[in-house]
Amino acid sequence: MDLLESYPLLQTIAERYNTWAVILLMVSGLYIVVAKSNMIKTLIGMALFQTSVYLLYLSPGKIIGATPPITDTAFAVYSNPLPHVLILTAIVVGVATLAMGLALIVRINEAYGSIEEDEVVDLVDRQDKAEE
Amino acid sequence: MSTPADPQPALMLADQLPALLVVVPMLGAMVASLLRNGALGYLVSLIVSWVSPVIALAMLWQVEASGPISYAMGGWAPPLGIEYRVDEANAFLLVLISIMAALCITFAPRSIASEIPAQSRGWYYAMFLMCLCGLQGMAITGDAFNIFVFMEISSLAMYALIAMGTDRRALVAAYQYLVIGTIGATFYVLGAGLLFTITGTLNLVDMADRLQPLLGTRAALAGLAFISVGIGLKLALFPLHLWLPNAYAFAPSVATAFLASTATKVAVYILVRFVYSVYGVEVAEAHEIDTAIVLLLAVLAMVAPSIVAIFQANVKRMLAYSSVAQIGYIILGVFLLNEAGLTGGLSHLFNHAIIKGCLFLAVGCIVFSTGITKIDQMAGLGHTMPLTMGAFVLAGLGLIGVPGTAGFVSKWYLIQGATEAGLWWLVAAIVFASVLAVFYVGRVVEVAWFREPSPEAAAPRPVPVEMLAVTWILAALCIYFGFETDISAGVPAEAARILIGGGADG
Amino acid sequence: MRLDVILRVSAKLMIPFIMLFAIYVQFHGHYSPGGGFQAGVIAAAAVILYAIVFGMREAQRVVPPGVVEAMVPLGVVIYAGTGVLNMISGGHYLDYDFLLADPVQGQYWGVFVVEVGVLVTVAGAMVTIFYAFAMRGRS
Repeated sequence: MDLLESYPLLQTIAERYNTWAVILLMVSGLYIVVAKSNMIKTLIGMALFQTSVYLLYLSPGKIIGATPPITDTAFAVYSNPLPHVLILTAIVVGVATLAMGLALIVRINEAYGSIEEDEVVDLVDRQDKAEE
Repeated sequence: MSTPADPQPALMLADQLPALLVVVPMLGAMVASLLRNGALGYLVSLIVSWVSPVIALAMLWQVEASGPISYAMGGWAPPLGIEYRVDEANAFLLVLISIMAALCITFAPRSIASEIPAQSRGWYYAMFLMCLCGLQGMAITGDAFNIFVFMEISSLAMYALIAMGTDRRALVAAYQYLVIGTIGATFYVLGAGLLFTITGTLNLVDMADRLQPLLGTRAALAGLAFISVGIGLKLALFPLHLWLPNAYAFAPSVATAFLASTATKVAVYILVRFVYSVYGVEVAEAHEIDTAIVLLLAVLAMVAPSIVAIFQANVKRMLAYSSVAQIGYIILGVFLLNEAGLTGGLSHLFNHAIIKGCLFLAVGCIVFSTGITKIDQMAGLGHTMPLTMGAFVLAGLGLIGVPGTAGFVSKWYLIQGATEAGLWWLVAAIVFASVLAVFYVGRVVEVAWFREPSPEAAAPRPVPVEMLAVTWILAALCIYFGFETDISAGVPAEAARILIGGGADG
Repeated sequence: MRLDVILRVSAKLMIPFIMLFAIYVQFHGHYSPGGGFQAGVIAAAAVILYAIVFGMREAQRVVPPGVVEAMVPLGVVIYAGTGVLNMISGGHYLDYDFLLADPVQGQYWGVFVVEVGVLVTVAGAMVTIFYAFAMRGRS
């Protein structure tokens, strides 16, 4: 800890380790969505990106040394329960979206024989041009 | 909250209307999924979707008579609880959504029977009702996170509606819409989370009050940025529109008509609510460069997709690019930051929904009768299907903005707003984009009336009476709202006045 | 002796406890982290483990696809039905005060019933999704 205290910039950076986790997950998730052609990889990237948002909401909600909101004189400092409930809802929405996306990929695979987005979009364009 | 000693007074049916608007479609969707039969699902959807406009009109009448309605979900008073809040700005949007849903369901049975396989029809109606529930919930709620929940309910239902047809390209379009739409919704959650962290509340009215001293902080501005981009992905603001053309082109006709009239419009309403009610006009006025960038994007949105629409071969994709252009008009009106501009934007939201609904339903009639999707195949259709093409032309005139149609009224307000702001190049852009609309609508007119009937157009199946009736009701409304502007421009003007005047009051 | 005897025996040992844990999480949602969604997923995990180890035909004999497909809207009907019941009793939608004579008891039982609704829907949805994916390509 002496190392950290002698360099205040390092201490500031190390204190916010949850924010760094959020940034890392968000950027890698978005990169996967944009750069990868395999549809399943895109969905995994999307799930990573959503996880980073959950962390962003959840980590300020917990206060070290705090209890759930119990109305008793013995407990003075409460953690905020609202972010937990909101993020539970968001996680459920994320699960439903993931299931829907995977179902679409299964159907696309049956219809086109491929799960590479480049190949499938190419086949779609070719069908469009052939109809003209 | 009431104690055991003094219970709250019992509520009348008229007080429960805001909750009923969301609960009735949800229960209808569940009943339709339990029945799993196409014909029974249609019956349930018909009943639910004709009850919704009644509820929405009753609320519009109530808001005009006595001011904003506030409904506390679960009995927990706002700002602690979730509040459903109806004022001028969203009352007419609720009327629009429910009427378009009712008309689309009336149109639907034979169109769905021809485009959806038999075992999926019950589920299709269930998804339609869930989409209706989500859209109305988004428009009526006054809680920032509740908006996200209903946004995703309606979006998931929309992905299913698009993908359920027999065209396999619709699957790819639905997948791309899913990825882009989910990223948009997640950005919205990011922005709402930032606002929640700095203000400590999720209720929009309370957030507006608590945000006033914090407006200059980086968190507030970052929140606005994230929310704007997230909603921009949902409303297909150029250049975030890439999902829209394919999604509208390959979806079943009823789905396209309903989505084109309602989905993007509700996203515009959310953006207006955040920019005007939560943040206030002063923030947008203070950040002139950012507002100018949005105006520039809106102008690009009006012009570039219109040019692309002229060269499209598929009629539905042409209308989809036209939709992107019209959203440019609406965003232009919203970000002109004066009352006339905002009135124009909200009024065009309403009128465009009716016009595009009519156009896509007319195309639905054409697809049902002849299976035609390409403009070149529509040769001579004006002679073989005169009634359908007549409705198409009337709505097309509304799209161009010919005086006497609904489109002219909203464009008139937009031009008024642009001249009030002193931006003459915007007036020129609005007129130029309307001229471009003449080209892509005129192309269809030329092909339909001035050429010999093509083999596909020569012998169409007769269009069922309910499909033709609904298309002509909408075409007549296009002309009616060109003259009687009480609902299409009067209520938006009142809403604009409230929103600019500092929206969070009442 | 079948090659998967270890799997089958351990699955037979674990699945009842997984189900019990799901019910525990459901009922303790009042007092500790838990509730309908978590319990539904754990219950579905038990069914899916059974399907993976013993085969789809066995699993569909025990948990028929028609039943789980009907569970999904049924849970929402339970949830929304509680809300409508409150509206009929004169309160707002989902205002549990009006459910029973005593508002405190009404709140307790109201939340309990809606969590049961959530359990039914989530468990049904997860098993339906698994069946839909696993039966793709088979009759």
